[in-house]
Amino acid sequence: MISLWSMKKKEDAAAKKKPKTSAAQIRVQKDLTELDLPSTMKTYFPDPQNLLSFTLTITPDEGMYKDGAYNFSFEINNNYPHEPPKVKCTQVIYHPNLDLDGNVCLNILREDWKPVLNLNAVMTGLQYLFLEPNADDPLNKEAAEEMRRDRDQFLRNVRVTMRGGSLKGKRYDNVLASAQ
Amino acid sequence: MAESTMANGNANTSDWQDRYYHVDQVLDRPGPRTDPSFAAGEGVKDFLRNKCKILVIGAGGLGCEILANLALTGFKDIHVIDMDTIDISNLNRQFLFRPKDVGKPKAIVAAEFIMKRVPGVKVTPYYGKIQDKDDDYYLQFNLVICGLDSVEARRWMNATLVNLVDPENPESLKPLIDGGTEGFKGQARVILPTISSCYECSLDMLNKPTAFPICTIANTPRLPEHCIEWASVLEWPRVHGDKKVDTDDPEHIGWLFQVASKRAREFNIEGVTWSLTQGVVKNIIPAIASTNAIIAASCCNEAFKIATSSAAYLDNYFMLIGTDGVYSYTFQYEKRDDCPVCGGESMDISISKEWTVERLIDTLTERQDIQIKKPSLSSGDMHIYFQAPPQLEQATRPNLEKKVSELVKDGGEITVTATTLPFSLSLRVTFT
Repeated sequence: MISLWSMKKKEDAAAKKKPKTSAAQIRVQKDLTELDLPSTMKTYFPDPQNLLSFTLTITPDEGMYKDGAYNFSFEINNNYPHEPPKVKCTQVIYHPNLDLDGNVCLNILREDWKPVLNLNAVMTGLQYLFLEPNADDPLNKEAAEEMRRDRDQFLRNVRVTMRGGSLKGKRYDNVLASAQ
Repeated sequence: MAESTMANGNANTSDWQDRYYHVDQVLDRPGPRTDPSFAAGEGVKDFLRNKCKILVIGAGGLGCEILANLALTGFKDIHVIDMDTIDISNLNRQFLFRPKDVGKPKAIVAAEFIMKRVPGVKVTPYYGKIQDKDDDYYLQFNLVICGLDSVEARRWMNATLVNLVDPENPESLKPLIDGGTEGFKGQARVILPTISSCYECSLDMLNKPTAFPICTIANTPRLPEHCIEWASVLEWPRVHGDKKVDTDDPEHIGWLFQVASKRAREFNIEGVTWSLTQGVVKNIIPAIASTNAIIAASCCNEAFKIATSSAAYLDNYFMLIGTDGVYSYTFQYEKRDDCPVCGGESMDISISKEWTVERLIDTLTERQDIQIKKPSLSSGDMHIYFQAPPQLEQATRPNLEKKVSELVKDGGEITVTATTLPFSLSLRVTFT
């Protein structure tokens, strides 16, 4: 058997035994403890011991979705950051880039995810969706069409649905920050 | 007869004269490239054939080749782990299995086959997950070879072997040989935990898993794959809620296939088939038997060279691209300082038993040789102090006043992360 130990002593005398924390765990610790969120975003950990499962609440202070509080669930698996976190909206919201099941159309959550990205990038990306909804990559096609066709009507639809109203036979959740 | 058996460094009666004639050409005398520590003759043969214990992870496409190669090279104490059972689609290349074996555990069938075919070789199977085994289990081996098909399992195995390295125990350093194939492409690498670059060091080099924009899937499908993704990503959770897709369950695949087919008809898309559905949801890449053979052979050559020191081993990355003719390139993948597994800094710190967490944090911030801004500390599963987010900062704040010695045992480890660190710092704390 080749003698590896002599190489080790030479090159790496200071190496120490590492704690039993997975790379994913440490990476999540790093991402979370370095979060520098604006006052419009807050995280909540139902089980503070578990860093891999939490919610993010976004309360935009400008734009069409102002005055609402939008909740997203984050689920991170042990293959992070090779795989992106799984993010879903937990409310029914009228938004061109969210469908009524809570799926989110944000490129860095799927096709453009890279391990160099972090949770801060994902959260900032989510907030951006509320500031600048993008009708060109629709997930809720009707909302996107409305936004393109008649911006004022779209805006009215947003306000109605945010209050928990119905639109074309669909009920939306009341997301007004004051109601929560 | 008896004499030549002994001369082969093996007293096993199942050996016959000149069984290892060819291999012994390499082991009986040094060559120009042999390692200085190589001691030709009985010692090395005895080690290879009687003492060396090798672990093979995976008994699939690569695993079958690896097991056969190792057994025929002269390794006699082989262990194999695989959590899968045999599927009929494996039989074209996983040559240790026969139609009658379909449904049986790969590890067990493979072990039996090798033992029957190659006299004197002991193969110990384990049908289950690598995660079932603890450090003591992995410590018993001299070498580990991986023939896996998942990034996650590789990361786990790599991290486990890197973490196994104990500065006080030379035996704790286990070379890892990792093989991988994807169609006509493949790679073999030698990882010397904590010495050379590890699997995690090269994680950002991996192709990202194929993913289509979710809006394309939802609104403008053009490919059969878009329809299948629609069925699995959007329709499955909508209809089945929290129940996960079991990609090995024919009923689940059948459901996805039907839903995808219906959608394909609506959009006039052709090409949704059962096997494509299975391929997309399981992310199956067609396996080429000969690519597996090349990569497995390369892995086993390295195992032989490392176990015997009879020739220079791979340093440290061999890649094979067979898509356009044959191209291969061997290079030294560099260790990354900010690698989450083998990189990161580590240091010993000796503090008073009376020190509070706050005092330790102040020291980390102030000490000239460390100078960490806003460090966050944890030890194993325990969060000692987190700078953010606010909820976790508040939850861990009471710890600031506690003594470090109440939270961490003497010689224990604290993982420190901070923006100013490339990745993390591992502190080993001893108390005075």
